[in-house]
Amino acid sequence: MTALPILAMKSFLEGEEMGEGKQVKLQMKNISIEFPGVKALENVDFLTTTGTSHALIGANGAGKSTLMKVLSGAYGHYTGEIYIDDDPVHIRNPKDAKDLGIQIVYQEVDTALVPYLTVGENIMLDYTVNDMGKKQIVSWGQIHKRSKEILEKMNVKVSSKKLVSELTLAEKQMVLIARAISKTCRFLILDEPTAPLSHSETEELFRIVRDLKLENVGVIFISHRLPELFEICDDITVMRDGEFVVQESIQDMTQNQVVEYMLGRKLGDQFPKIDIQKGETIFETKNFSDGEKIRDIHIHAKKGEIIGIAGLVGAGKTELCKALFGMGKTNSGDVTLHGKKLRLRSPDEAVRQGMALVPEERRKEGVLVTESVTTNITAVNLKNFCTMNTFLNLKKEKKAAREVIQNLGIKTPSENTKVQNLSGGNQQKVAIGKWLITDAEVYIFDEPTKGVDVGAKKDIFELIFQLAQRGKCIIYASCELSEMIGITDRVYVLYDGMVAKELLTSETNEEEILFYSTGGR
Amino acid sequence: MNTAKTIQTSKTPKSFGFFDFLYKYGTLITIGLLIIVFGVMSDSFLQPSNIINILRSISIVTIIAIGITISLSVGGFDLSVGSVASLANALVISMFVWHGQGVWMSIILTILICLSAGIINSFMIVKLKIQDMLLTLAMMFVFQGIAQTYTKGATLSQNMIMPDGSFSTGIISPIFAKIGQVPWIIIIMLVVVVIVHIFLKYTKHGRYMYVIGGNMEAAKLSGIPVNKYRIATYLLSAAFAAIGGIMLGARVMTAEVNSGAPYLMDSVAAAYIGFAVLGAGKPNAIGTFVGAVLIGILQNGLVMLSVPYYAMDIVKGTVLAFALAITYYKSK
Repeated sequence: MTALPILAMKSFLEGEEMGEGKQVKLQMKNISIEFPGVKALENVDFLTTTGTSHALIGANGAGKSTLMKVLSGAYGHYTGEIYIDDDPVHIRNPKDAKDLGIQIVYQEVDTALVPYLTVGENIMLDYTVNDMGKKQIVSWGQIHKRSKEILEKMNVKVSSKKLVSELTLAEKQMVLIARAISKTCRFLILDEPTAPLSHSETEELFRIVRDLKLENVGVIFISHRLPELFEICDDITVMRDGEFVVQESIQDMTQNQVVEYMLGRKLGDQFPKIDIQKGETIFETKNFSDGEKIRDIHIHAKKGEIIGIAGLVGAGKTELCKALFGMGKTNSGDVTLHGKKLRLRSPDEAVRQGMALVPEERRKEGVLVTESVTTNITAVNLKNFCTMNTFLNLKKEKKAAREVIQNLGIKTPSENTKVQNLSGGNQQKVAIGKWLITDAEVYIFDEPTKGVDVGAKKDIFELIFQLAQRGKCIIYASCELSEMIGITDRVYVLYDGMVAKELLTSETNEEEILFYSTGGR
Repeated sequence: MNTAKTIQTSKTPKSFGFFDFLYKYGTLITIGLLIIVFGVMSDSFLQPSNIINILRSISIVTIIAIGITISLSVGGFDLSVGSVASLANALVISMFVWHGQGVWMSIILTILICLSAGIINSFMIVKLKIQDMLLTLAMMFVFQGIAQTYTKGATLSQNMIMPDGSFSTGIISPIFAKIGQVPWIIIIMLVVVVIVHIFLKYTKHGRYMYVIGGNMEAAKLSGIPVNKYRIATYLLSAAFAAIGGIMLGARVMTAEVNSGAPYLMDSVAAAYIGFAVLGAGKPNAIGTFVGAVLIGILQNGLVMLSVPYYAMDIVKGTVLAFALAITYYKSK
């Protein structure tokens, strides 16, 4: 492995002139991998070169992340060959990949960072672990000096002496990218890097990606957001169901074409067009505050109405959703449902009074990953599956779980499968599905389409419409403006914890929502 | 011998994975092997009287371990159970010999006082948000100290000498003594195991507890009253520790200083071994019982083989590590 074309391995850190550096070709051929019971990849081919950015896209469960895990050495038991400049290479563990200059930044940034160490130590972690050799003493000066150099080079303004636990999500991502390029980096894999980022943070990330391209780094970009890919990427590879579908220069494709390749069929209209009969106003808040972030919220909703909560990251959307669900620190003001004042001091009170919340962080807050689909689906409404309000009726539970699985089209081998083995979109369906068998009146959705592919997105929208048709109030919080326009009846735009503007969806557009979201008046 | 039969008749799963198999059946296999080894090496090991002896010896460990299992099910941990058992032991004997109380009064008062230990634990953990392991470690010392202070460091028994030089007059009821004898001690243990098994596996409350243990945040957002269940959990583990301490008192008819402490580690081991039994992957009552059986067989067999008492812990620890190794080692 060490007898590789060393000449081509130049470190970004050393800052050598790489603009005219030799283009290196990376090729994966006939990659297959199997997990117990699942064939995750079947004869996948992938080709990219340094100095370009390559989009890798596919529906949830298509195998993009798996393919990249193979490339970065996380899965050693694949079959197939990997070539760098036509020389076969062996990647069986993460160190092999790193030695070849293949670095990856995972979606879950927190899994790769040590929160109580400083930025500098985190950036230089690979060095400290792998390259210290016989040296036993850590030179603090050097760690901070080198990490500072890298951060400056990336033009990121974070002190290397700050603790990682104090950083924002976007900054943590930057630290990981900095770590990746602290060593030889020929190929950088970014797995859904923009999902948690705000608009300006995304711009910042793109700037870094462009810089890296100039430095002759090949960036492989996994994302669900098509417009982004078209903005930043040169080539695109589409995968579906663990197989390679197509590779093209991105200029030769349109967004609709990409979606068709991803789904293997035409998408049709993303948002269902159904006219829903609105009833009288049943849900209302007055002077509602959570004692921390949000204050003075006046919103109301009719039966069967979908109201949108728009706003940028940090505007208080999640805080509002949680406060309405009894998670606020000290709620004040009035919340009424059917004219009755609600007491919202804890989520279990909120549930009993007819509220339901599909939270944003589904792995952390929405589903129980180590439990079965059945357990997840019945968790909120277990009393309906009990005899004498105590003993579980397992048969009834199973029947209900099967119904939900079928109605929502959750792709799972059985109702007993653990949720951690499902793909992201299907996990989200479980998180939503568990509320469908309860008799809530108000459904709060917080970014329900985050990290979900287009196909599953459409299913989720349809579900939401079905709920509205049944006369429920829907509160839909999202920073995706197209969704605001596509699905809601009315939009409240939040800015800095307050409602900046109320808009009728039929009379507004994305620009106007964005205008008020950014503090325009 | 039930366990040995289980091994023979158990069907291997369709997709046969050696390590999956070990994970599920490792503990049972270890028990089977131990039974074979001890049975071959000692004639009296497989005598019915000895088997009853083993069951009797594990009954207190099992009951205390069941309390730990319940605290583990919500993702908590209660290290104070050994001290609570000591306290219960001291209290229940003192009710008889110092205060001349009847059987029911003594038992009920003891359990009520021990529940207050559970209340302190749960208040500090749930309301003050102290980490459970650290807090119960601290409370372990506190309860131990309370028990010692209460008995003034003395061993309580019938006709004991009181501080003023007189003899105590209270009598330990012969009905109470029955609790600590075969068959009642074994029956109580089995009843506790079965009830807690049903509770954890087949009731709403048990399901909620596993949900809380699986993901507390998600449980909260599902509208489960998380804190109520966590409070209940520490009350239950204190209650089972109290029952264990009372049974210990009934068995030895005295209350020695720190009598419950040795049961703590055996109980923790039993509960953790129980995780993997039959592939449950989480704390469960039947598994805990199997874990206690493993420990009991080991202890008993080593005595039969006349392993000197001072070397017994070496063998015991090694076999425990072995049982844990084959259940937790996975081929990835």
